Amino acid sequence: MGGLWLWWIGEGQIEREAMEHVRLHVERAFRVPAAVWAGQARPQGTLDVRRKQHASGRMLEWLLREGPGEGRVLGMTDVDLFIPILTFVFGEAQLNGRAAVVSTARLSEPVLVDRRVLWERLAKEAVHELGHALGLTHCSRPECAMSRSAGLRDVDRKGGQLCADCRTLLDQAQDREPRT
Amino acid sequence: MMSEGTRVLVVDDEEIVRESLGGWLTQDGLAVEVAHDGPAALEKLRQGKWAIALVDLKMPGMDGIQVLQEARKLQPEAAVVIMTAYATVDTAVAAIKQGAYDYLVKPFDPEELSLMIQKILSQQKLVHENEVLRKALKREYGFHDVISKSPAMHQVFELARVAAPSSSTVLILGESGTGKEVLARAIHKESARKDAPFVAVSCAALTETLLESELFGHERGAFTGANARRKGKFEAAHGGTLFLDEIGDISPKLQVDLLRVLEERRIQRVGGNESVEVDVRIIAATNKDLRKEASEGRFREDLFYRLNVIAIHLPPLRERKEDVPLLVERFLETLAVELQKPIEGLSSEALTALLAHGWPGNVRELRNTLERGAVVAKGHIIQLADLGLAPPSAASVGPGGKVEPPSLDEVEKRHVIEVLSFTGGNVTQAARILGIDRVTLYNRMRRYQLRD
Repeated sequence: MGGLWLWWIGEGQIEREAMEHVRLHVERAFRVPAAVWAGQARPQGTLDVRRKQHASGRMLEWLLREGPGEGRVLGMTDVDLFIPILTFVFGEAQLNGRAAVVSTARLSEPVLVDRRVLWERLAKEAVHELGHALGLTHCSRPECAMSRSAGLRDVDRKGGQLCADCRTLLDQAQDREPRT
Repeated sequence: MMSEGTRVLVVDDEEIVRESLGGWLTQDGLAVEVAHDGPAALEKLRQGKWAIALVDLKMPGMDGIQVLQEARKLQPEAAVVIMTAYATVDTAVAAIKQGAYDYLVKPFDPEELSLMIQKILSQQKLVHENEVLRKALKREYGFHDVISKSPAMHQVFELARVAAPSSSTVLILGESGTGKEVLARAIHKESARKDAPFVAVSCAALTETLLESELFGHERGAFTGANARRKGKFEAAHGGTLFLDEIGDISPKLQVDLLRVLEERRIQRVGGNESVEVDVRIIAATNKDLRKEASEGRFREDLFYRLNVIAIHLPPLRERKEDVPLLVERFLETLAVELQKPIEGLSSEALTALLAHGWPGNVRELRNTLERGAVVAKGHIIQLADLGLAPPSAASVGPGGKVEPPSLDEVEKRHVIEVLSFTGGNVTQAARILGIDRVTLYNRMRRYQLRD
């Protein structure tokens, strides 16, 4: 499957514990090593001035250009993301591709009291978007991390791990991947 | 959301919308296709079945409303969601009036979009399940157009199914309005003769001479006014089924003629000498007790036995009240189509009244009552008052199922109530309809205690 990179590309800072929390979740979900990439570059040309939001599609293109270059990269940011037809997205990924992105902007709504709740939500969405990058589509089991999360209620309802069906699909996909 | 294979059509002239929305829906396992304008969308609608069409309101050329109108015709079961920019919400609301499922304002709230899609799909699933169940029920409860849950009627269906493939004569016995002709048609449809004609003759409606000519036809000059040779119903039904209704009412002479035809399978036109072979299956029906008529000498015994090869007794509706809801549903479905009126059902009071009614006129009376109700009903639901049913006390079913007719006072009281309910309690209008003056009407109302 290759390595997984987690890269903080936000405007502000993120706590070390938060990154670690996400990293552990991702490792556990995909059973491969995940590492933090400490690149200092920040996305350019992703801001939509009229919407005051960042285009997640352009963010993915930037990650592919500027990222570690091998394995899969998950960009993590604090700016608000959107796709043209929706008011916002929690994140986006290239289906069966190499880049994914998640944002904390909408995960801390409406008023976040406990940082740990935010970290937990972030970890779930990180697993979800990386799952797409690894070829998984949405899952109908509400407890699975791959279930659709259209709103915060969905995020809080679901778990941070893959269900047995998605696990199997992932294993089958890896068996089909050419070994180098 | 398990919706694999569910087809969704995204119609928008902006590529970025098609891509962005299409991609988002694909992640849910939906089979998404896109169209860049109205004509392309209609082409796709013509080619296959779609669960949902998300259609942009403002497109050059054919706009979203026009696509909606065509989609309603091409695929009424597909849910059409209109996508609009904020400024055109009024138009989107108008679209709902024209049959759109709902509208979404761009850009969409992801939760709203997700919930709407889920809601549409679960509603369509319910409709589909309902349809499957309904079909199963119809198979379970029906014999062609005759439907019933009652055990007595199931015996009728069984007998009819067994009798249908043969060419044996069938005698259907039952009160007026029990559906004797409907059952006869069902037997015809079930038989090998189904592609040949089904010809029905009401023997009570015509005089002896006319009925004779009607059944056997006549040669030119056979009687005054017979300007040309005319084929009779026997010849018209050749290869098929001839339904002789009210057979108990035919004259002694015709009884002899009919007996001969049944024995020889040949007819002779009135005024002719040539005998013509006819291959006709006879289904006869009567509301009389034909055995009794025969034993008392009013009906030829030999003809009775010729006809009574397979006798099917249709029970009156009052003996199978459990069928009332089933029949109501069936009739309302057909009435809604016939009357072009969106009738969805009846109020529980109306149904209770239908269940309590004695139905002396049987299924035909029930259908007529519902037709009246459907015509009069102001909304989608037929109310008790719409049915114009007599109060339950008015007609009581006596021994042997005979209905005791109401008194003149009772009839007058009922009519006054009906007219008053028609005018919404307006006495002046009611008096005008009744053709009496207001004082007289007030006196009647006092007498019948219709107002304190």
